[in-house]
Amino acid sequence: MNTGGGADTATGGRRRPVRWLPLAPATLLLLLFLAGPICYCVYIAFTNMQLTGSSHTDFVGLANFRRALSDERFRNAVWLTLVFTFVSSVVGQNTLGLALAGLMRRASRTVRTLTGALVITAWVLPEIVAAFLLYAFFRREGTLNAVLDLFHLPGQNWLFTLPILAVSFANVWRGTAFSMLIYSAALAEIPEEITEAAEVDGASGWRAVWHITLPMIRRSIGTNLMLNTLQTLSVFGLIWAMTRGGPGDRSQTLPVFMYDQAFTKSLIGYGTAVALLLLLVGSLFSVVYLRLMKVEV
Amino acid sequence: MRRTQLAPTRRTHIPLTRRARRRLAADAALLVVAAAFVLPLAWLVLASFDDGATLRVRVPSSPTLDNFSAVLTDEITFTPMLNSLVLCGSATVLTVVCAALAAYPLSRYRSRFNRPYLLTILFSTCLPITAVMVPVYGLFVQVDLVDTVYGTALFLATSQLPFAIWLMKNFMDGVPKVLEEAAWTDGASMPQTLRRVVLPLMGPGATVVMIYTFIMLWGNFFVPFMLLLSPDQLPASVTIFTLFGNYGSVAYGQLAAFSILYSTPVLVLYILISRRLGGGFALGGAVKG
Repeated sequence: MNTGGGADTATGGRRRPVRWLPLAPATLLLLLFLAGPICYCVYIAFTNMQLTGSSHTDFVGLANFRRALSDERFRNAVWLTLVFTFVSSVVGQNTLGLALAGLMRRASRTVRTLTGALVITAWVLPEIVAAFLLYAFFRREGTLNAVLDLFHLPGQNWLFTLPILAVSFANVWRGTAFSMLIYSAALAEIPEEITEAAEVDGASGWRAVWHITLPMIRRSIGTNLMLNTLQTLSVFGLIWAMTRGGPGDRSQTLPVFMYDQAFTKSLIGYGTAVALLLLLVGSLFSVVYLRLMKVEV
Repeated sequence: MRRTQLAPTRRTHIPLTRRARRRLAADAALLVVAAAFVLPLAWLVLASFDDGATLRVRVPSSPTLDNFSAVLTDEITFTPMLNSLVLCGSATVLTVVCAALAAYPLSRYRSRFNRPYLLTILFSTCLPITAVMVPVYGLFVQVDLVDTVYGTALFLATSQLPFAIWLMKNFMDGVPKVLEEAAWTDGASMPQTLRRVVLPLMGPGATVVMIYTFIMLWGNFFVPFMLLLSPDQLPASVTIFTLFGNYGSVAYGQLAAFSILYSTPVLVLYILISRRLGGGFALGGAVKG
């Protein structure tokens, strides 16, 4: 933005509001279809709106939120969302992405290209295709059990016995490329002299990683964790297509719970209160993310 | 690149073997990960050529194109893909036009107003759009936009707009202003300058924004799943889900074939822009700031 000075002096004479006109279409769309629904969300969350009789909508204050806090299925959804986010985003995507980026710097060109292409393909595939692939992978008659068979390990119907872990791994499969790209870029910016100097000083692999590499990319780690968490918080299609939140409600994260309450049970007010909570958590992470980035705009 | 290749020959014998051993270890570890990533993908490709496909990876005994010819019908493939194209294509055009217009003043003029606007944009990039879907549905019911392609396209365009503006503004910042100033001196108006000078110069950047937006919209499931109801309007992302639920247990091979057809456009488009996106991309310089 500091480079804006030239244009300013050139147009210094025409400081008219008309030059901000190009912002209008985008701003209008954002207000109508993003800010609008969010404000509406705040309003409905305090009503008892139902899909069937919208004429009977009453203002109910905090009832929806009180209800959520005492609803065991809501607490279950919060817990599963925490598990899903922690396993798939914080541990899975983040750590695997970092490990892949680090290993790629040492690996041979062919292996690096091959692995990168596969991981990125998993990321680019449409959400529902990925869900379908991993559904096939985790089913009792699927590939995972075939592989376990090879090693004489017992197989099982993963989507039934460990549904939340199955969808978490699906999310790792699908989302690791993002972390890998971020960390590859971050690692590429570390000057080679620093790592070489550490080697000369006799720092072993792990110590060098812990004391030199990780501190140098800590900003990327922070932003990556935030972005991963935000993306994971809003995953719906993957879980819905793989398990529909089931069996029972054992993979029902907050977005799936919200959908279920609002549309299967027709409790729009309650579903929206859950959506509002999700938005608040998301906003909190966004603000932390913006702080971490120290955006210069 | 060249430096690392030359290094071993310049060094003494010991670091060379150590380096080679390290490379082998890294290769082995990466190949294990690659195997875990390739299995579901291999199943997709193999099953699509397999007449009696199951859920398990296996090489088809007699490869056939029957699965593809079975799904290449109006009802299963052509209509949903055309719907996707219309829906995502129009939303993409809308996003890119609005983003390019919005990026221009944000990139070219200075004002107290820029920073809060851009921060709000960046903030909304991060919001979980999934959470907005319930109120959006409620609003769409009230203004009669449910089950309309243009309503859905408008919302899809808006959902991608914050990120598109951010990307576009960053690309536009990279275009030097000297040429614009020359055009202004010649009496060109702002829309003329944008169209004739700035956009041609940032063509590659604008293309990246366009393709990226299209890829994101093409794969979007939740928005059309919520806002479109008529079967003849559904895009491929939703019809594959219905296929999956209804015939999934019967014809895995056909489902795999359709998945491949549906995924091909985004894979091809991604390859087209991957060089500009790869590595330093890290989601739109969002990380660089």
